[in-house]
Amino acid sequence: MVDQPVIVIGAGPAGTRAAQRLVQAGLRPVVIDENDRQGGQIYRRQPENFRRPAEKLYGTEAAKATALHTDFETLRPHIDYRPGTTVWGVSETGLMTVRASTVDVVPFSRVIIAAGATDRIMPVPGWTTPGTYSLGAAQIALKAQACAIGGRPVFMGTGPLLYLVAWQYLRAGATPAAVLDTSSLTTRLRGLRGMASRARVVANGVRYMADLARAGVKLHAGITPLAIESSNSHVSAVTWRDTKGALRQVACDAVGMGYGLRSETQLADLLKCEFMFDPCFQQWRPHVDRNGRTTRPDVYLAGDGALLRGADAAEAAGQLAACAVLHDTGHTIDQHETAGLHETLAVMNRFGRGLAQAFPWPAHLAASLPDDTVVCRCENITAGEIRRAAGELDAPEMNRAKALTRPGMGRCQGRMCGLAAAEILAAAREVPVREVGRLRTAAPIKPLPLNCTVKS
Amino acid sequence: MMAYPTQRMQADVIIVGGGFMGAATAFFLRQQGLSVILLERDLVGQAASGVNFGNVRRQSRFLGQLPLSNRSRDIWVRLPELIGEDVEFVMSGHILVTTHEKDGARLEKYAVDCKPYGLDLTIMTGDQARARFPMVGPDIRTVSYSPLDGHANPRLAAPAFGRAARRAGARIIENTTVTAITKSTEDFIVETTTGQSYQAPLLQVSSGAWGRAMAARFGEDIPFSANGPQMGVTEPVPYRIEPVIGSSSSVPEEGVYLRQVKRGNIVFGGGLRSVANLETRRAPIDPLNTMRQMSHLANLVPEMARLRIIRTWSGVEGYVGDNLPIMGPSGKVAGLFYAFGFCGHGFQLGPGVGATMAELIATGKTDIPLEAFDIKRFGS
Repeated sequence: MVDQPVIVIGAGPAGTRAAQRLVQAGLRPVVIDENDRQGGQIYRRQPENFRRPAEKLYGTEAAKATALHTDFETLRPHIDYRPGTTVWGVSETGLMTVRASTVDVVPFSRVIIAAGATDRIMPVPGWTTPGTYSLGAAQIALKAQACAIGGRPVFMGTGPLLYLVAWQYLRAGATPAAVLDTSSLTTRLRGLRGMASRARVVANGVRYMADLARAGVKLHAGITPLAIESSNSHVSAVTWRDTKGALRQVACDAVGMGYGLRSETQLADLLKCEFMFDPCFQQWRPHVDRNGRTTRPDVYLAGDGALLRGADAAEAAGQLAACAVLHDTGHTIDQHETAGLHETLAVMNRFGRGLAQAFPWPAHLAASLPDDTVVCRCENITAGEIRRAAGELDAPEMNRAKALTRPGMGRCQGRMCGLAAAEILAAAREVPVREVGRLRTAAPIKPLPLNCTVKS
Repeated sequence: MMAYPTQRMQADVIIVGGGFMGAATAFFLRQQGLSVILLERDLVGQAASGVNFGNVRRQSRFLGQLPLSNRSRDIWVRLPELIGEDVEFVMSGHILVTTHEKDGARLEKYAVDCKPYGLDLTIMTGDQARARFPMVGPDIRTVSYSPLDGHANPRLAAPAFGRAARRAGARIIENTTVTAITKSTEDFIVETTTGQSYQAPLLQVSSGAWGRAMAARFGEDIPFSANGPQMGVTEPVPYRIEPVIGSSSSVPEEGVYLRQVKRGNIVFGGGLRSVANLETRRAPIDPLNTMRQMSHLANLVPEMARLRIIRTWSGVEGYVGDNLPIMGPSGKVAGLFYAFGFCGHGFQLGPGVGATMAELIATGKTDIPLEAFDIKRFGS
């Protein structure tokens, strides 16, 4: 397959910089983008006919976003760009893609997966009530469509995105009713050492918090989420317990929720890359070396789909993965280039670990979820049913639990609930979460229309 | 100092392989009053037993298999009282449909031939079938309806039998791989990866696609291949399709089948099977086969074209050269029994195989004819 093209999957910061580096070396990569416009999530572009300025959309990151967008436009004549196209499977001869109802088999010599990440969700009673969104979805609504999820939203969870989104909503005129963070001030101090490697980013975060506080938005730390309340089948309030153990409630008309990120690793799984448990982020991910090489010689990973380090790191990792592809296919790469990228990423690694320490995934919440809380919302599977799989049905790992009581069996294949379901299973079996494994990926990664035809 | 070997565990029967056949045999052996040790390399019901379509179908089977199949069907309807759960078995009826005239003639002949075996089928024209089953497509010509067949959930069935067997006193030992089997004058001695060894005068091999290698240890080889069915499932939609629907086409690629579960999803399969890997214990799903299934499924039920597929899968199934299982006593070793290689049509048979093998092992005989499945048919 030497004559086949290099494929880049994803056109966010990592995918764009990977494609750019390949073009620089004289290649013409295929860039497959699930979105209709390049930019990815963090630098998501508004529809063509929208005219909001970059400063309004991207705030402090406007210059980076604009650079990524304009650089990509320069690349366009030199790449085979396929927007609105999803990779849903892997055949013996290539990647299976679908756009509308046309399926294509795209052969490749090498593939760089820059598939990004989604919110990591910890269920809470009532989280399937209309009016509850992931933080990412809340941000997409704002960025892409200039819509707010509500006029008085609560943002609940943990991680830097919690404050960024709350701040973006504040600026958009939808003042948050509260920001509820499960991480405590203690863990944040503990993470500060790692985070100090990128003072400007920390300063931005502090600024978001300060702006929110100045606008009268209450920022609560160390909370325990108890329930998303509803009236007339819509979100009406959030109930939580504060650090002193007191029961608290705040009225709202929407909830944005997220507890850090999870990598989109399905494609690497279908391509049979080996996975490892990442103790820092407490989740399984494909094994990658520092250049983005996986255990499969023709598959490379970059960006948040490989390691959760954010957009700046993704740009560097994308370029680095492209360098690895070029090196492995006989191109000469200046060692200064890779050394510089490694240096940049070393800082990002420290910072990423600091973030994970500061805003830890609240695994402990899984054990205390009431039995009747829905965990897998596709299949309406409750925490109790996962515990039944763990106990009465003796499922030692996630795929067995899925087979017996169906968590992760639905449309999203556990992309939304899988990590939380694993925590519930592990807690019920009284084992570390790594021991219950991870859900295996099945094609199609996203639902595939049955009226598709293969492009001839 | 001498290291003492761990105490060898003993029973009347050792079963090697905890698929549906092994788990059901263990359960029924307990009903026969024999003590049982079942050794399973992974977890009960994970290979072919867990990934198959879930058809509880008698029609179109090899006629000589119908007595076994009938026995099985009688057990399926009694599952709640036997094992405490129904594993989602529904007696939904099963229809085989054709679009080619010659296939219709074959269905009509089978409906006559199977009658002496107690299987009553109704042959319908396309229009009659569409009046009774409005979801079937306009190209369907001849339909064979088997009202007492149905479907069940394969992910639940074998594990449920395994748990029921355990409750009944069988020792179900998972995550244990057999490394050696020897036969002394009296007993089989089974060594395993855990270091624990087991001993019994009777032994059943029910290790599915890995059964051939087991039989070969006893000098009995058979023509055999390991293949993967090509399965898929749609998103859930309101429950409308009662019967299992299968295409009875002489063109292999057209041979697709589907069933709707009460939750609403439509499970389907068919087309060209993949080659399974016995080392990795995986069988590939070919996405191009999934693509080919789409139009054939829409021929059976046109409305399906409006749905989306949410998952596909495969698994490792054992196929014997003549497309019939290996079932019955060994031709070479006294006390050894086989029940494996059910060629992609074993799910319906599971309970019947368990009951029949238990009877055979416990009493030395059974009224169910098994000659056609005897391993000696391949002997020199």
